[in-house]
Amino acid sequence: MDLPVIRTGGCSAGSCGSSAAQTNGLPDDIRRRVENHPCYSEEAHHHFARMHAAVAPACNIQCHYCNRKYDCANESRPGVVSELLTPEQAVKKTLAVAAAIPQMSVLGIAGPGDPLANPERTFATFRMLAEKAPDIKLCVSTNGLALPECVEELAKHNIDHVTITINCIDPDVGAQIYPWIFWKHKRVRGREAAAILIEQQQKGLEMLVAKGVLVKVNSVMIPGVNDEHLKEVSRVVKAKGAFLHNVMPLIAEAEHGTFYGVMGQRSPTPEELKALQDACEGDMNMMRHCRQCRADAVGLLGEDRGAEFTMDKVEAMELTDEFLAEALARRAALREKVAAEREAKKARAHAPQPQQAVITLHRPSQKSALAGRHVAPEGRPVLMAVAAKGGLIAEHFGHAREFLVYEVTGAGAKLVGHRKTDLYCAGDDSCGEAVDVLGRTIEALEGCEVVLCSKIGYEPWGRLEAAGIAPNGEHPLEEIEPACVAVWHEMLQAGKLAQPAPERKCA
Amino acid sequence: MALEIVESCVNCWACLPLCPSQAIYEAKPHFLIDADRCTECAGDYADPQCATICPIEGAIVNELNEPLNPPGSLTGIPPARWAQAQREISAR
Repeated sequence: MDLPVIRTGGCSAGSCGSSAAQTNGLPDDIRRRVENHPCYSEEAHHHFARMHAAVAPACNIQCHYCNRKYDCANESRPGVVSELLTPEQAVKKTLAVAAAIPQMSVLGIAGPGDPLANPERTFATFRMLAEKAPDIKLCVSTNGLALPECVEELAKHNIDHVTITINCIDPDVGAQIYPWIFWKHKRVRGREAAAILIEQQQKGLEMLVAKGVLVKVNSVMIPGVNDEHLKEVSRVVKAKGAFLHNVMPLIAEAEHGTFYGVMGQRSPTPEELKALQDACEGDMNMMRHCRQCRADAVGLLGEDRGAEFTMDKVEAMELTDEFLAEALARRAALREKVAAEREAKKARAHAPQPQQAVITLHRPSQKSALAGRHVAPEGRPVLMAVAAKGGLIAEHFGHAREFLVYEVTGAGAKLVGHRKTDLYCAGDDSCGEAVDVLGRTIEALEGCEVVLCSKIGYEPWGRLEAAGIAPNGEHPLEEIEPACVAVWHEMLQAGKLAQPAPERKCA
Repeated sequence: MALEIVESCVNCWACLPLCPSQAIYEAKPHFLIDADRCTECAGDYADPQCATICPIEGAIVNELNEPLNPPGSLTGIPPARWAQAQREISAR
């Protein structure tokens, strides 16, 4: 599929920035299909929520980053759930969530096993939900092994977003990631297993694209195993028509009990991840806002509300037709409001700008792409961390559970990742280990020179400064991209951008 | 001649639909195999299907109580390495 390449065209005004980067330049019909999907549109993830229904426990392959025994309430990563649901329970939970959270736009099935290794449970859930809440989009995330045989059924259920996890296209690489697959009543191992899986994934991708289904490809970056290879994967899946590529960092800790965790395979650093994403971006639209959520996640990305909707709470609710109709109307009203806000934002952005607001390009580092009479000022790119809520700088530093990381130049701000502050079960209060939470947060902000937040306390201010990160609370409730660009200009004027980024002092 | 599911089962449902004898059933705290029905897939498949898809080492045993998937056989983690990792975690 030859979708126009997004980042080079599109909006040319100050505040469209990176939030428009993923959807600008797409044909209208595709843009409409992703504009309210938080996992497919970076802009949508500020406004729309999704949930994963954990109805699919069985899996047909083993990945070295997964441990099927794992279940921890404090964990946030794929494959982890606290409660397995029947399709009936999943539908009730989805309706309850969609009534309480009008931003709910998507139900995904992503495990804890593989949705297509549990086709009856997966499709029963979709069938029942489509009857009761036809406005909720349906999507699945699969390893691809059973995908070709399920494409017809997926199309029949009107599922037009499918994510395939493709970590390799070379069986020799695959043999280092997948110890076995279950295939035609046999457990197949090693290179042979990887070759079958790869063939099925590629075939499934082609079949979905031929049906007009939007396909996102997820890849786990495993240093020394597939990191270089993923550039080739990116080229191939794009050529076959995948719409978006999401390169995610390996999560591997010994306490997770995974092969990689126990064997000491390391995860990539944020810098390594960004470098690979940048390299792949030459070929295709990259996703930078993925939170690698649980298979039972609920709510806006990065703000899991699963604990509010445990099955005992959901079972106690009475969902009458009237109640559901009201909920549907609330969701419709919210979507209209977001659409109106988007229009207003677009209108503001395209209005004549004061001269400081230079063109926003989606690849701000490429000076050659600058057009017209605007010229971006000289100065190196700066990574800035933002405590965000709803697309605004609206979170108190101490309350932020994650920071969005933007790469900022005079030409614009581009989302390049996010950093969690409650790092994967690294011993917070609930695990009984006293730790320096602030110190951990500062460590998580490695590489960032500025933190923008709505407010910040005295102690963290000092600690951040001591660590070489400038706290900034001067843009509360402002839109992220223009505020970042304004801060960059202040740094430029202060002469801070002529030299390379300072070495970090130890936090 | 029958297989048995033991306590390390994680209730992932993978085995249930594969059983040619419908011998597997949902139970608490874990799935079980009806010994009267189980044929170990003799005559149907070369390998017992439940143990062929089961992702958990040691969760399915034969009549001699031997695991069909012994430690290390599915994850690829050598048992000695696993034990060492557990010791390191508990020493933290």
